[in-house]
Amino acid sequence: MIFKIINKRELPRFFDVLAVNSIIGPVQKGTGKDGAPIYAFEYVTDFRDLKLDYTTTTRPAKRYFLPSHETFCTFRVEENGWDKSVDYNIHKPHIFFGLHACDINALNKLDKVLLQGNYPTPYYAAKRRNMFIIGMECMPHPSCFCRSMGTDSATSGFDMYITDIGDRYFVEVQSAAAFNLLERVKTRDPGTRDHNRYMEVIAEKNKRFTTSVDTTDLAKILDMEFQADIWKYWGDRCLSCGTCASVCPSCYCYGVEESVDIDLKGAIKVKHLYSCNLIDFAEVAGGHNFRPDSHTRLKYRYYHKHRGFVEEYEESLCVGCGRCSEACLARITVPEVIASVRSGERP
Amino acid sequence: MNDETGNRLPFIDVLRDLPVQNRKTDLSSFEYSHKAEIINVYPLTENEKLFQIQIMDPEKRRRFTFRPGQFVMLEVPGIGEAPFSISSSPVRHGDIELCIRSAGNLTNFLARVERGIQVGIRGPFGTSFPVEKMMGQNIYLIAGGLGIAPLRAPILSVLENRSRYANVSIIYGARRPSELLFTYQYEMWRKFDISLDIIIEKPDRHWKGPTGLVTDILKEKIANPGISLKNDAFAIVCGPPVMFKFVCNMLTGAGIPMQKMFVSLERRMHCGRGKCCRCNVGSTYTCLKGPVFDYWSVMNLKEAI
Repeated sequence: MIFKIINKRELPRFFDVLAVNSIIGPVQKGTGKDGAPIYAFEYVTDFRDLKLDYTTTTRPAKRYFLPSHETFCTFRVEENGWDKSVDYNIHKPHIFFGLHACDINALNKLDKVLLQGNYPTPYYAAKRRNMFIIGMECMPHPSCFCRSMGTDSATSGFDMYITDIGDRYFVEVQSAAAFNLLERVKTRDPGTRDHNRYMEVIAEKNKRFTTSVDTTDLAKILDMEFQADIWKYWGDRCLSCGTCASVCPSCYCYGVEESVDIDLKGAIKVKHLYSCNLIDFAEVAGGHNFRPDSHTRLKYRYYHKHRGFVEEYEESLCVGCGRCSEACLARITVPEVIASVRSGERP
Repeated sequence: MNDETGNRLPFIDVLRDLPVQNRKTDLSSFEYSHKAEIINVYPLTENEKLFQIQIMDPEKRRRFTFRPGQFVMLEVPGIGEAPFSISSSPVRHGDIELCIRSAGNLTNFLARVERGIQVGIRGPFGTSFPVEKMMGQNIYLIAGGLGIAPLRAPILSVLENRSRYANVSIIYGARRPSELLFTYQYEMWRKFDISLDIIIEKPDRHWKGPTGLVTDILKEKIANPGISLKNDAFAIVCGPPVMFKFVCNMLTGAGIPMQKMFVSLERRMHCGRGKCCRCNVGSTYTCLKGPVFDYWSVMNLKEAI
């Protein structure tokens, strides 16, 4: 890996170099009830709109590569047959300016499901291949438990990664494209002082984590506690609204709906992201529902994230970004659920 | 220096950019989809029809092969898409037969169509019954209700190579005599030296056969084993979820090892290839690791049956 140092005043110039492309980055959308700023990933045209010191966004950047509603294909129905036309819904590369490690790791996890294996998803692949990712080192906020999930740093899946080390940025360059673009602004090679300062910043970050999850043998424990009463408690609290899935950077479940155009000459097939907490998720033809109770659906969610995915890919699907804890209307948090399943006691 | 073209990132065409083993030449090959035509519709009962479906492109038709137990996704544009087990023999891969009960949006539509309509077929997906491994052994094929539909592929597969299998026994239970499927084929099956037992739960006055559940016949068979139920037997069980538990427990008790017992599970699917998660059982995708599971795997899955 190649490391560079870029001056803080030079970063806006780098932004301008990139600005001929579409740039998506964190911007402030408003202020919450508690006075804390609310951030979101939006298209950015001015560097001053970019809030690089953002804590976390309410919703992940998922909508740019895994949109909640996406047209899979359209059909033109004729007298004796039909024609199908497929569009991957991407026509230009996207630059993501300032993704945190958790979001980059979520992308890497999505890659495992949607890009690798026997059946890559072309809709995702087309968008993923046309991404330029600039990662950003962050300071944990109270809900973050990425350190417990091993996703507090990203080792792959980005083009460059920026760490704020005082009056300058420490840059990891991972792709040739990033290297070539950095040639267009003033950079220098890091010295020992820069390395030491970088280490200090990372050490400071690690000290600031307040939430943690004990993931030792979690897959086994989830199996042992499958019939535990504690799930019932969480199920009673859960509203089955699916908010957690909609704010999760790594949730990818979906449903497909087809509809006929009003002139009866065309049809459209639309994918919409779903949530395993919604009541009809496991319903089959004839009306039988394999998970009719709220607690079985909630349990299934934890099962998929922390056991099924571990079994398949040897890592958890959860990146510990804490968005679901923040967004949950019933105040259900992942660290609390896992701790209670471990101990068998209500929080 | 800041020329616009130099800073503009190139747009990468995903068709050319994927790794070699996944490289595709056109968009539709990602979908594994084929345009097909319903060439025949046979009404079987009041609610079930058998659809004979042929892939329209002759080259694709020639290359389309499947194994007994696999499923396809059948799509009618604008109406919907759903998974169906293939009910025909894998030898005849020019066209496939799907036994479909009208139960939902898509199937109710299909119940009204006639031959000649164009549909989309994706697949085949999923695991299959190990019919090769079963050669030389006794085979129990146990179906309840619509479970005969996925079971017909292995039945036909066994019939076509009848001499390579030892005793073959089919036990089929249905609720009413009018709900029996593939009645016209029973004589043919019997001609192949197969013991076929049919049992009805709620008989009408014309029914002369035995009355009860599949497990009643199985109990008799186990008590008085005409064919061996020990190590050299395989069993395939298809039916409603309640049936699996009882039948599989009885067979385990009779001595068939769990890994030689196969079941075919049913779930709703929206993709057929491990992306939509709708078919997840516990932590496993029914579309990738199933729909055919051995009983050992099913026992290890939570909430499977």
